[in-house]
Amino acid sequence: MTDVHHNHADNSGHFVADRPFDPYSIETLTESQEKYYLASQWKLMWWRFKRHRLALFCGVLLVLMYGSILISEFLAPYALSTRHTDYIYSPPQPVHLFHEGEFVGPFVYGWEYQLNMDKLLREYSEDRSQIHPLQFFCHGDPYHFWGIWKTDRHLVCAPEGAQLFLFGTDRLGRDMYSRIIYGARISLTIGLVGIILSFILGISIGGLAGYYGGWIDTSVQRITEVIRSFPELPLWMALSAILPVTWSPIWVFFGITLILALLDWTGLARAVRSKLLALREEDYCTAAQLMGAKPQRIIGRHLLPGFFSHLVASATLSIPAMILGETALSFLGLGLRPPITSWGVLLNEAQNINVVAIYPWLMLPVMPVIIIILAFNFFGDGLRDAADPYKT
Amino acid sequence: MGHYILRRFLMMIPTLIIISFIIFVIIQLPPGDYLESYIAELESQGESVDPQFIANLRHQYGLDEPFLMQYVTWASGMVVGDFGYSFEYGLPVTDVVGDRLFLTVLVSMFTIIFTWIIAFPIGMYSATHQYSWGDYGLTLLGFLGLATPNFLLALVMLYLANVTFGTSIGGLMAPEYIDAPWSWDKLMSVLEHLWIPVVVIGTSGTAAMIRRLRANLLDELHKPYVVTGRAKGVPPFKLLVKYPLRVSLNFFISDVGNLLPSIISGAEIVAVVLSLPTTGPILISALQSQDMYLAGSFLMFLAVLTVIGVLISDLALALLDPRIRLQGGSSR
Repeated sequence: MTDVHHNHADNSGHFVADRPFDPYSIETLTESQEKYYLASQWKLMWWRFKRHRLALFCGVLLVLMYGSILISEFLAPYALSTRHTDYIYSPPQPVHLFHEGEFVGPFVYGWEYQLNMDKLLREYSEDRSQIHPLQFFCHGDPYHFWGIWKTDRHLVCAPEGAQLFLFGTDRLGRDMYSRIIYGARISLTIGLVGIILSFILGISIGGLAGYYGGWIDTSVQRITEVIRSFPELPLWMALSAILPVTWSPIWVFFGITLILALLDWTGLARAVRSKLLALREEDYCTAAQLMGAKPQRIIGRHLLPGFFSHLVASATLSIPAMILGETALSFLGLGLRPPITSWGVLLNEAQNINVVAIYPWLMLPVMPVIIIILAFNFFGDGLRDAADPYKT
Repeated sequence: MGHYILRRFLMMIPTLIIISFIIFVIIQLPPGDYLESYIAELESQGESVDPQFIANLRHQYGLDEPFLMQYVTWASGMVVGDFGYSFEYGLPVTDVVGDRLFLTVLVSMFTIIFTWIIAFPIGMYSATHQYSWGDYGLTLLGFLGLATPNFLLALVMLYLANVTFGTSIGGLMAPEYIDAPWSWDKLMSVLEHLWIPVVVIGTSGTAAMIRRLRANLLDELHKPYVVTGRAKGVPPFKLLVKYPLRVSLNFFISDVGNLLPSIISGAEIVAVVLSLPTTGPILISALQSQDMYLAGSFLMFLAVLTVIGVLISDLALALLDPRIRLQGGSSR
């Protein structure tokens, strides 16, 4: 080959480099390119998602928080309803590392209680003469781990004769920190269960409307529009007022999730519908129809997978609204009721201005609410950017 | 234009009919009716109840009629301004609602204006300084507003205002004006108290608005005509204000349709915490005591409020945007 080149160069008088030339050199892929082109869709998504640092961080945070609900009993220093009748309305107890300039490791001082008769308030103070180093993997309130093993191990607790109230106690002397950890169970799952329900509703209704079009489409469109134009909270309130007071807490829980889902599917249905309307005109869809595939199969096998990842990402973004909705309903006393413990139920105690003024730590359950909602928003944003198949 | 307005009005009618039907189904769903809880209450006080008396009451309020009949009576009554009778207050619903609806409108209106004032400059800044620290910081601030439950923010604000200004600012006016007729002083007192609910409700809607405005403006900023303008040497600020901003202004008006439902939701829950004389607290008690006509009418009013708000924003949009005016389509 190189010889041919030389001959031409000699004849025409043009300059031709005499380095050996491989015409396929531009088309061969480097190793990294090959990896990119051969990667599966999920792998591509993961690479794109990884670039979004904040979303990645929030994803890890969410995994940790959801992981914590599996081992709530272990993480919480006390059981859900353990009452410390000597320590009612105790403020958060500071944890120290140094005693008079000397390193002791994490410890708490003795916790003393006086009744201030001038202000009619319980007042707590540290007794600096007593030092109680915190114990880890210690014995505390017994519990059934996952309903199987009986054990009494806790991650951290105070030694015998001392108390550890990291976030203070409530009006019955129950440890707020433990209750917040237990509350995560309900508050976090209510969003997930709700989103699964609204996902099913949204996909099936939006799928029908988008695939068939015609009068089904028109009526679904109208209903979605009406539901979207209605203020959510009053409707939630009206629906949850229907739940009979006699229902057991677990039924109320499912009732509330159903209510949250009933008003939430419209957004998903709209997204599914508009995508389906565009995709059903594609050749592969016509081909499937001609081969006699049933609509259910065409929607489920051929059309949905095309934008499923995108749907999941959008659904993630509506979980926070559900968590906030439950919190608001429970706060108003229309949602979950004790003995079920969610963050909204805990916040129900912080309903009047006295609490803000005198016992501000009763508002602490709002911290995990804010964190989880921020995390879901950033995570969902990153996920949506990564999953959008229509973006380069 | 005339055609568009007419069509827009006609479209409202089926929407309102569907809404009224859904609401009626919801308020009818709980088992039993108000009279049953009324009987229970009387019996718990040791009074005997004459079944004939109850049957008469039931007949009088139309509670013994079939479901659809009741709906038609209720819905057709609303058309002529008869919203039914509140069992709990013993008054026609219109008398109970009275000023409350006006105050809800007032709070929502100011909240929208507040949201605009906050979201507009921030959205503009975020779009023009994409991925800068300012963009990230302001976005985070907006998200914090979104993530903080309204009711708690209301409590904290109430407390802070109490500590810093030394006055009680619960409610929507000073105590001496509560039953007074409307006057200039009363209006001023209302405006003085209005800012807390407005700020509290506004914070939750602002974040979403900022993000939508930012995305909208970013789309516009990357269009070829902007690049051409920049290449020709139009000063950056003039280039921003002259066209892209005007286009996203349209979106600003039309976004009221998205904003209004969440504002009214927020207003309800904040009203409960701040004990505002808007609809929130009464709606809750009406729902719990199965005072069905009162609850239903309240829900209906809130829905109508939203529908009318969206209508106004659509009409304003048609005035602003020749594309909609001439083609008669909606931009949403």
